[in-house]
Amino acid sequence: MTTKPIRILIAKPGLDGHDRGAKVIALALRNAGFEVIYTGLHQTVEQIFDTALQEDVDVIGLSILSGAHLPIAEKLMAKLNQTGMNDKIVLIGGNIPERDIPSLKALGVAGVFPTGSSFDEITTFIQSKTLKVS
Amino acid sequence: MSSKIREVVLESGIQVKPVYNPEDVDPKKEIGQPGEFPFTRGIHPYMYRQRPFTMRQYAGFGAPHETNQRFKFLIENGQNALNVAFDLPTQMGLDSSDPLAEGEVGRVGMAVDTLADMEVAFAGIPLDQISVSLTINAVAAPIMAMYFVVAEKQGIPLAEVRGTAQNDILKEYIGRGAWIFPVEPAVRLIGDTIEFCAGHAPKYYPVSVCGYHIRESGANPVQEIAYAYAIAKEYIQRGLGRGLSVDDFAGQISFNLDIFGNFFEQIAKFRAARRLWARIIRDEFGAKNPNTMMMKMIAGGGGGGLTIEQPENNIVRGAYYALISALSGTQTMALCSYDEAYTIPTEKAALISLRTMQMLIEEMGIGDTVDPLGGSYYVESLTDEMEARIVTEMQRVDDEWGGIVKAVSEGIVQGEVAHQAFAYEKGIQDGSIPKVGVNRYRMEEEKRDVALHEYNSAAAEDAIRRTAEVIAQRDSNAVKAALEKVRNAASSDQNLMPSLMEAVRAYATIGEITGVLKDVFGKFPEPVNL
Repeated sequence: MTTKPIRILIAKPGLDGHDRGAKVIALALRNAGFEVIYTGLHQTVEQIFDTALQEDVDVIGLSILSGAHLPIAEKLMAKLNQTGMNDKIVLIGGNIPERDIPSLKALGVAGVFPTGSSFDEITTFIQSKTLKVS
Repeated sequence: MSSKIREVVLESGIQVKPVYNPEDVDPKKEIGQPGEFPFTRGIHPYMYRQRPFTMRQYAGFGAPHETNQRFKFLIENGQNALNVAFDLPTQMGLDSSDPLAEGEVGRVGMAVDTLADMEVAFAGIPLDQISVSLTINAVAAPIMAMYFVVAEKQGIPLAEVRGTAQNDILKEYIGRGAWIFPVEPAVRLIGDTIEFCAGHAPKYYPVSVCGYHIRESGANPVQEIAYAYAIAKEYIQRGLGRGLSVDDFAGQISFNLDIFGNFFEQIAKFRAARRLWARIIRDEFGAKNPNTMMMKMIAGGGGGGLTIEQPENNIVRGAYYALISALSGTQTMALCSYDEAYTIPTEKAALISLRTMQMLIEEMGIGDTVDPLGGSYYVESLTDEMEARIVTEMQRVDDEWGGIVKAVSEGIVQGEVAHQAFAYEKGIQDGSIPKVGVNRYRMEEEKRDVALHEYNSAAAEDAIRRTAEVIAQRDSNAVKAALEKVRNAASSDQNLMPSLMEAVRAYATIGEITGVLKDVFGKFPEPVNL
C-alpha cells in the first residue's frame, strides 16, 4: 500500500480557450483528495508531455471542446509510447461524440468523459485505475 | 409539514419574499421616465414603439465566400445586423498556414489571413447600412483596420461606417481565453482603437464589454455586471488618458450581457445596471451628454442555460430568454440556437431563433408599451437590491483586489469565477439547482451524438492557397515598410491604428502583424490560481 497521493495533470491543448470545464474538473478532483496540476490554456502536446514528465503525474486529463480530440490523442499517445511513459493513465473530457470513443480507446485512452459526466463517475474511475497500478 | 413556504434565494444571494407590497419599494430610488436619466426604464422615450430591437444571429463559416452567402441569406430573411464569428487561428493572430493552426482553420468561424478575405466576406454588403459586429478581441485592432479599409474600398467614408467590434480583452482573460499579449499592452491596444474611432469613425462602436462570457464562465448575475463595469471603467480611463473627454467616446462603448437563470432576477439585473451606469458616467466621469450615460446592450439567450438533454426544450428556453430581453429594454437581441449545446447552429435552428424574436415584436405586441414591468413592487424592489449588490462587488474589485487590471493579471477574478462554476456544477449534479430534463424529468433518450462541424481540410488548404496567391501578388517592400511602422508605433506611444491600416492595405497577413506585436509586447504569462 502506498500513501502517496495520486497526481493528476489537467491539460488544455490547442487554441480553444473555453476552460470552464477544465477548471471545474480540476477543483472537483482536488476536492476528492487528488493532487491536481492545471496547465493553463493554449498548450501544445509537447508542452503537456513535458509538464507530465516534470510533475511526475499518474494521470493526464485532457479537456477538449474544439473537435480536435482524435489528432491530439494520437499525438500524445505516440509520444507517451515512444518514451516508455505508457503507464500514465490518459483521460479525455469535453465535446466528444459517442462514435469517437472506440477510436480513442483503441489509441490507449483509458477513459472518455463527455460533457455532463458526473464528478463521482470520474473520481471512481480514477481510483479504480490507479489502485490497479500501485 | 407540507404547508410550509419554500425558501427562495436567487443566484445573486437575494432572499425573495412570497409577496411584495408598496412599502418594499424605496421611494428615494428614482424610477423616472424612459429616455431620461437614470434610464431605469429604458434609454429611449418610446423604445420599441419607435424602433424594434435589432435582431442579430452569430454566423461565419469556413471560407469567406461561404460566410458572404450566409450573410446574404440572413439579410434576405429580415435580419438587419450581422455578427461575425472567426476561426480560432484568426482569433489568436495565426495565419491558416501556421503549424499551430492545423486542424482549426475555418472550424468555428471564418478564416481571415489578409484583407482579401474580408473583401470577399463583405462583398455587396453596404457597411454604412448593415451593422456588422466583429467577434474579435486579441487582434481586434488589425481586424478593425481591415474592416475600415474594406469600407474605404466600397467608397464609404469612415465617418459613416457602422458596426461594433467586441474588442474586450479583459474579459478574455476571465472567460473565453482568446488572449495573446500581456494585460497592459493588450489594454493599450483598446485605448488606441477608442481614440482612433473617436477621431475618425464616430458611428462605430469600438468596444462591446462582455459580461456575457464572464457569466458563462461561472459568475453570478451580480458579478457579471460588476466585473463588466469594472472593465468598462478601465477602458474609459484609457480613453481619458488620450486627452478625450468622456462625452467624446464613452457613448460608443456598448455591453454584451447574458440571459439565463431566474426570470425576474435577470430583468432586475438589466434595469439596475442601466441606472447604475448612468450614475457612474455622470457622477464619476462628469459626462454632460445624456447619450453618454445610456447603457446600450445586446442581450440574448445564454448558451449556459441550454441543455444537451431534450434539446428541443431549448427552443422554449430561447423564447423565454427573448421575452426577458425584451422586457429588459435591450437594444439588440441575439439568441443561442436550440442545437448550440452540441453543435454549431444549423440554418434551421438559427432561423427558429430569428422567428422567435420576430414573433415577440410583430405578433405579440411586446413593444407596444415601454417597460411594462415598471412599477411592479417586486421588480422595482429587486432592481434596487441588485444595484446595491453590484456596487458592493465593484468596491471589492477596487478595494480588495487593487482594481480590475491587477485582479486579472494575477488571476484573482479567474479563480473567483472558477470556484463559483464549481459550486454551480455541484448544484446541478446534486439537484439543488433544478434543471429540467437534466436533474428533473430526465428521460431515457435515443443516443444523440454531438454533431461537430466536420473539419474540412480541403477548405483549409484553399485558405492557405488563397493567401499564398495574395502574398505572391503583393508588393513585398510595401509590406515590409508597413510592418516596420507597426513595430515603431507599438514600441512608442503612437496610436497603432494608422500603421495597422497601412499594413492591411498592403495585404500584410494577420500572422505577420501579430508576430510584430508579439515581438514588442511579449506573451501573457497565465496565472493559474485554482
